[in-house]
Amino acid sequence: MAPRQLTGGQIVCESLIAEGVDVIFGIPGGAILPLYGSLSQYPKLRHILVRHEQGAGHAADGYARATGKVGVAFATSGPGATNLITGLATAMMDSVPIVAITGQVGRGAIGTDAFQETDITGATLPVTKHNYLVMRASDIARVIKEAFHIARTGRPGPVLIDIPRDVFQEKAMFDDYAAVQTDIPGYRFPSNAPVAQVEAAAKLINESKKPVILAGHGVVISRAFKELRELAEKAQIPVVTTLLGISGFPEDHVLSVGFPGMHGMAYASLALDQADLIIAIGSRFDDRIVGDAKRFARSSKKIHIDIDRAEINKTVQVDAPVIGDVKHVLDQLNPLVHKTTHTDWVRHVEHLKAEHPSLKIRETDQLLGQHVIQGLSRVTRGNAIIVTGVGQHQMWAAQHYQFTQPNSWLSSGGLGTMGYEVPAAMGAQAGCPGKLVWSVCGDGGFQMTLSELATVFENRLPVKYAILNNNHLGMITQWQDLFYRGDHQAETYTGNPDFVKLAEAYRIKGMRVTRQEDVIPAIEEANRHPGPVIVDFVIAKVDHVYPMIPSGQSVAELMEEKL
Amino acid sequence: MITPAQIPGPALTASTSNALRSRVITALVYDKPGVLARISSLFRRRGLNIASLTVGHSEKPGVSRMTFVVEGQENIVRQIAAQLDRLIDVLEVLDITEKNTVWRELALIKVSATAVTRTEVLQLASIFRVSVVDVGVESLTFEVTGDESKIDALIELMRQYGVREVMRTGKVAVLRGSLVVGEVDGSFFSKDVAPKIAAAELAGDDSGSV
Repeated sequence: MAPRQLTGGQIVCESLIAEGVDVIFGIPGGAILPLYGSLSQYPKLRHILVRHEQGAGHAADGYARATGKVGVAFATSGPGATNLITGLATAMMDSVPIVAITGQVGRGAIGTDAFQETDITGATLPVTKHNYLVMRASDIARVIKEAFHIARTGRPGPVLIDIPRDVFQEKAMFDDYAAVQTDIPGYRFPSNAPVAQVEAAAKLINESKKPVILAGHGVVISRAFKELRELAEKAQIPVVTTLLGISGFPEDHVLSVGFPGMHGMAYASLALDQADLIIAIGSRFDDRIVGDAKRFARSSKKIHIDIDRAEINKTVQVDAPVIGDVKHVLDQLNPLVHKTTHTDWVRHVEHLKAEHPSLKIRETDQLLGQHVIQGLSRVTRGNAIIVTGVGQHQMWAAQHYQFTQPNSWLSSGGLGTMGYEVPAAMGAQAGCPGKLVWSVCGDGGFQMTLSELATVFENRLPVKYAILNNNHLGMITQWQDLFYRGDHQAETYTGNPDFVKLAEAYRIKGMRVTRQEDVIPAIEEANRHPGPVIVDFVIAKVDHVYPMIPSGQSVAELMEEKL
Repeated sequence: MITPAQIPGPALTASTSNALRSRVITALVYDKPGVLARISSLFRRRGLNIASLTVGHSEKPGVSRMTFVVEGQENIVRQIAAQLDRLIDVLEVLDITEKNTVWRELALIKVSATAVTRTEVLQLASIFRVSVVDVGVESLTFEVTGDESKIDALIELMRQYGVREVMRTGKVAVLRGSLVVGEVDGSFFSKDVAPKIAAAELAGDDSGSV
């Protein structure tokens, strides 16, 4: 196409289309209105009007995790932009690619405390991979190209582009987007690792008697499912996944050991503790896994495969760092690993599983959160995308749903953002229209972002919401029970809404389940319903999540439920 | 009057046992707005005080060199350096604490000097190869260049006459010989996928295997 004079707003739209963007989550305001003024000329860009900017951030995040593409969010200056911050921080912690475009006050008004002015590039410095303030329309195409490249490559992350109102209106030449030159020589990321590092890792693996793989989010992000499985099977290495590594390795596989750490399976934590080698793949040794770093897995050597050099030796000292993209590194590593069977060790891990039945549910007539998740797992047989909030329901979902399909688990692991579940499921459904998306919610988190139910209805997104409703901030109750002498403060909701009526108010099908035997029929009915559904599962009031390793402790302090 | 060296840094709260010491880090960065904020924000996050910071244009247009002196536990400073390297506007980072480097600092020192003491002050200062850059009725101002200890010694010596004002630039450093920061891994400004930090510099203990 010949070079044309376009407005900044038009250049944004042209560039987004060239980047393959099909969905934008956003809400307009004064400073970004000129961009919305251009949107009508670009019907290829589907704009989903959210009810709150936090919803836009999490929806873009859910879209990005589910599809592997970059999620896009729009917000206006000032409060619009600050409302996005939780979404950006969530994406930053979990390495999720998002490009957020915010309106800014006009160039002449910047720095004058103008109406709806916030220094959003300053405010988002620590929660973005990179950010930009664009002061000329002629820079927009280059900046968008750089932003998408930075967001999706290397260790992915959110990038914010702040554009003043009058820059959207300013005209500039726009030509072939493919020919736009980026200018970021300071941005480099590895793909293959240095051969010496891979060889050192292979040597440790071949020498080990009791190896365990600790597979993190990097496996999912890098889509290294096949390569991970190849490594595990070739040398018969048990695979522990981190909370965000869940769905990186099929849980019906004989070598799958579940997730470790604070609320992980006891046998996974014990396997890590007893191993002589931990092969961490795309995991950052999060404190929820490590606890007390001085006492973490002292009898093992450690290999750390990561694309981000800054993660090496951050919390746990490792013996063999391997800096590279997980998929590429495994391709390099697997041929060097000897085919073997660690029969005794694998048998020992099986023994740990039998001795510590972490997934056994206590006998009761009450409806427990675990029953709901088991029902979901049974009905969907792993063929759903499971999205969660944060708290007890999240841990039960991580424990009791059997994940067999790659990348079928979306959860805010790093930031622990309650309320993530409502908009993130909406974003995942928008990105994967043909898939079944179940959002497992707590009654607390659900109420933080439930305004997006209107967006779900409006856009005919058939998300199924399962509220594990105990009228409590359950994890808070649990911590107050265990660590604050049972002094319950501010953890009970005495006036929760009637969630079925609420669903009806949003013109969404609502159901209530109070008995174990009604769980599966309700899930089946929800799956048959063509539109969105909210199921209010009224579960036992007080129940603790076990196993548990208290914060900052080690496997020596592991608590298990007495059945 | 206290010199920067006498100003105590903030208490460190990190739990590792690594000893607290000064580390010198140089960085090649883009010369554009916001870069300093991005960098200083990483130090602020860990509660580390930047004892000195110098910034100036490098030999490449649009690129500046920074030299930081930071007091902190070695592992934390190294981790921050690795995070610095991750910044898009940072081209390269090098921890040169243990490298063979030439360090210099420049200071302007205003000393009280009356008709009675002026000659003595000048004589003593001349041993430090100072230049006299200003003379007042009751003061002399010296320009002195050297390493930190030389400047500290001069200031200490001048105290008996009265040190009225000290302005120090902070350290600047270059590697000795033909080695150039920014070309240590041979990939400066290339789109090479090699990590930006020179091998073994920042990845932790001295295994040399990173």
